[in-house]
Amino acid sequence: MNPITPIMNGMKITLKHMFMKPVTLQYPTERPKVAARFRGLHALNVSHDKAKCVACYLCPTVCPAKCITVEAAEDANHDKYASVYEIDMLRCIFCGYCVEACPVDAVKMTGNFELANYHRQDFIYTKERLLEKK
Amino acid sequence: MGIEILGLPMMYYIAMVAKVLVAFVFVLLTVAYATYAERKIIGHMQVRLGPMRTGWHGLLQPIADGLKLFFKEEIIPSQASTFAFLVAPLIALIPAFITFAVIPFGGIIEVAGYKIPLQIAAYYDTTAGQVYDVNVGVLYILAMSSLGVYGIVLAGWASNSKYSLMGGLRASAQMISYELAAGLSIIAVFMLSGTLSLTKIVELQSGWGGFEWYIVKQPLAAFMFFVCALAEINRTPFDLPEAETELVSGFCTEYSSMKYAMFFMAEYANMVTVCALTVTLFLGGWNGPFTAAMPLLGPLYFIAKVYFLMFVCMWIRATLPRYRYDQLMHLGWKVFIPLALVNIVVTGIIGFFI
Repeated sequence: MNPITPIMNGMKITLKHMFMKPVTLQYPTERPKVAARFRGLHALNVSHDKAKCVACYLCPTVCPAKCITVEAAEDANHDKYASVYEIDMLRCIFCGYCVEACPVDAVKMTGNFELANYHRQDFIYTKERLLEKK
Repeated sequence: MGIEILGLPMMYYIAMVAKVLVAFVFVLLTVAYATYAERKIIGHMQVRLGPMRTGWHGLLQPIADGLKLFFKEEIIPSQASTFAFLVAPLIALIPAFITFAVIPFGGIIEVAGYKIPLQIAAYYDTTAGQVYDVNVGVLYILAMSSLGVYGIVLAGWASNSKYSLMGGLRASAQMISYELAAGLSIIAVFMLSGTLSLTKIVELQSGWGGFEWYIVKQPLAAFMFFVCALAEINRTPFDLPEAETELVSGFCTEYSSMKYAMFFMAEYANMVTVCALTVTLFLGGWNGPFTAAMPLLGPLYFIAKVYFLMFVCMWIRATLPRYRYDQLMHLGWKVFIPLALVNIVVTGIIGFFI
């Protein structure tokens, strides 16, 4: 077969691509558009100035990676609440089962995907860090 | 002209040094920015951006790369042959640059009443009223381009590493096979021009607004020379000596720091040289419209043509994958050499009857 034509066709394609708009995202300066249902860092929903979580233990039960630690306690109004609510981000697989399991809509997932840190300890997100930022 | 040294006027020496400096600095800058241009062009051909962060649109990237390589650690393998290992990058680099001595990059310009031909190894004799340059310029270039392979073979052998040795062996086999085809394909040009002096060859291509260019009379030779030249300087698709997938990095596997940078400079300088040579032999050199009225347009046309060919080299690199070793040898020995020989015979027959 004639070997020149395929080469010419290839060169035509590369030349055409040169005038296309590059798909590169200049990451730290340009931000990606995060989808509405993206599963990123968790957050605890707040209602009446406190976390909605009632420490029912459904999320640590359903969690396939066993990354959620909850400890229940009783507050001044004799209501059950989570005195400890920790998520280990090094174990979390971002499956979103905790959000689905929650009966009181207390936990959600945000679009935050930049979770890098310098120390292992910093990957354990405590209740204070998870509380929804206003 | 008052002072004379060895029978030549002082102005001759000043012009010589100025020409060498300007041409050399320009080639060095071109080499540096060829790396940038290559990354940008290939990037855009792959629908990427290429370097963007160092300076405006990454314009300072070559300088940053050079500085970085300069401060890298010099490593000499303990089992390497130290002297050859150190000398090899120089042997690769120097022939790439000195080839430029005979390439004419412009016509004759007049500075302070003294006529200077824009070619490093040339001299305008006022009494004879003509330019003298190296009358075997093309032979000189062929000799220098085959010297370049010594650097690579030496690098491969002195590193005392199997990948480097394989790279060096491939480089020598490839260069020797393709040098034959390249040399044979430009013989057809000499048959038309009747001279080996590059100044004369450019002069012969000056008429008829581009129709006197040898690419019109010798399209096959031009194509074959360009492809063989690509193979000779180890550019893609013939970059087998440094095939990353098979040989880590080929002959420069064991090199680091500035020595590694020198191999890369040699590669790009070779590309500039080969493009300049193709322009000189086939694309009319510095000829173009209005060069007679404005001699400074000559170098501009020359640079534009060379940059166009360099763009073609990068374009080819962005398009074609690497040839297999047996395909390379097949192409060299069974396609290009017979074609070049046929081309010589046909040129001879036509030249005999016209």
